[in-house]
Amino acid sequence: MRNPLSSKVTPIKPSGIRKFFDIVSEMDDAISLGVGEPDFDTPWHIREEGIYSLERGKTFYTSNSGLKELKEEVCAYLSRRFNLEYDFRNEVFITVGGSEAIDLALRSMLDEGDEVLLPQPSYVSYEPCITLADGVPVIIELQEKDEFKLTKEQLLEAITPKTKILIMPFPNNPTGAIMTREELKDIAEVCVEKDLYVISDEIYSELTYSGNHVSIASLPGMRERTIVINGFSKSYAMTGWRLGYACGPEVIIEQMLKIHQFAIMCAPTTSQYAAVEALKNGDADVEKMRIAYNQRRNYLMKEFKDMGLDCFEPFGAFYVFPSIKKFGMTSDEFATRLLKQEKLAVVPGTAFGDCGEGFLRISYAYSMDDLKKALQCLRHFIETITEKDA
Amino acid sequence: MKKEILDIINYNSRISNKDIAAMTNSSEEEVAAEIKQMEDNKVICGYSTLINWDNTDCEKVTALIEIKVTPQRDMGFNKVAERIYKFEEVESVYLMSGAYDLTVIIEGKSMKEVSRFVTEKLSTLEYVTSTATYFVLKKYKEHGVIMTDENRDTERMLITP
Repeated sequence: MRNPLSSKVTPIKPSGIRKFFDIVSEMDDAISLGVGEPDFDTPWHIREEGIYSLERGKTFYTSNSGLKELKEEVCAYLSRRFNLEYDFRNEVFITVGGSEAIDLALRSMLDEGDEVLLPQPSYVSYEPCITLADGVPVIIELQEKDEFKLTKEQLLEAITPKTKILIMPFPNNPTGAIMTREELKDIAEVCVEKDLYVISDEIYSELTYSGNHVSIASLPGMRERTIVINGFSKSYAMTGWRLGYACGPEVIIEQMLKIHQFAIMCAPTTSQYAAVEALKNGDADVEKMRIAYNQRRNYLMKEFKDMGLDCFEPFGAFYVFPSIKKFGMTSDEFATRLLKQEKLAVVPGTAFGDCGEGFLRISYAYSMDDLKKALQCLRHFIETITEKDA
Repeated sequence: MKKEILDIINYNSRISNKDIAAMTNSSEEEVAAEIKQMEDNKVICGYSTLINWDNTDCEKVTALIEIKVTPQRDMGFNKVAERIYKFEEVESVYLMSGAYDLTVIIEGKSMKEVSRFVTEKLSTLEYVTSTATYFVLKKYKEHGVIMTDENRDTERMLITP
């Protein structure tokens, strides 16, 4: 029999998170700070709108690019929140989560051998998606001393004549890093000068704690070379609805939409109706969740300090990324022992790139009660390992 | 700061000052001082516990009573309300807009006890022109908390990227 598999797919490593997921699933009483989705339920008025759409029999395909009403709301939202102006007719379309948009953007823009600059630590799908789109991932290792922001120097160093795209994953999963307007300006200048395109994954744009998120697409010269990816999962606690969107220049969006049309047809109709309600009447929900996340973030930073766990202060998403370097263990060892000894699951930084070595991703998408319990375990674990060493 | 503290203790008055301080990025002393000030200024009027009596062996009956009254010269509704809220049996008293004037919420051990209170104490009050009593059959949600045994087991996976 012939080999049924593609030589492009088989070498791709499964996500580093998988291993921990498997161990944790076997344990029945593990507690976890390992989740990358909000702990809040989707606000009821949004769910109710989804239900109502079903009652009205809105169970058919929408147009490939999504409901007109939703696209209009998306454009109005981006304009009022981030000063981004897009035409709902041909510069935006609705996707199955931000993930689909990442895949489509890469597939629509890359030819074989094109290099994509990928700052890491970052979300697990960029690298495989680049590879599957025949691109070559070029990793930029973000540094803790830079608070895991991308610097102009690092960017310039990584650029070659083959570089076509820069991925901008801010606010960042797993580090929680954000980039300010000034910092983005430096990056934007290089992109314009070196003629790079940018895929800006702004799925955590509503979750920033030191001022409003700035989209790189809103900076001079960037709109025509940026695909902005965003969605409803994190801001409105709608992960399971699988709904996102991509915005950008018509020439690129048109091609992305072509693949979407053949591969997906359209994003789920129920989710689209619910999302209209989210954008129209969901600002207060977002604000409420942001306040809760920020309180937990403050709480974690304080507790880490007390227990002697080093951590730079992250101002975005719902993750903190403490350093465990001083304990003389790899991230994997630390996380594995923490899970076995204290039954507390966290994700080793290495799941998000080799340069995540020496760090852990800890999510605060948990209630204060859950966080308290988990931090007791973490504190206890740190006490045991430092005692032994002493 | 005050608003943030209130929002936190509104749903968990047992949380420690230490935790509030950590959550609001301030010191325990600051939090204690703010709370003290709000207690002194009667912004915080007390601390109570949300109890689902249905899950205990204790018998409790709650009734909501609509009352129409004749407002008093110079004192409006306040004097009448005072005559009512001073009864220990009375949980809450609200002045309402609309078809009637006061809402009174009463807790008692039994329907009989509540009925007796309404007929003997409330309806006989001077200035009270009529009452309508509604007994609560089941409390689904109180003070923002769902009281039914709704299954809240989260189906979130334990680890996701």
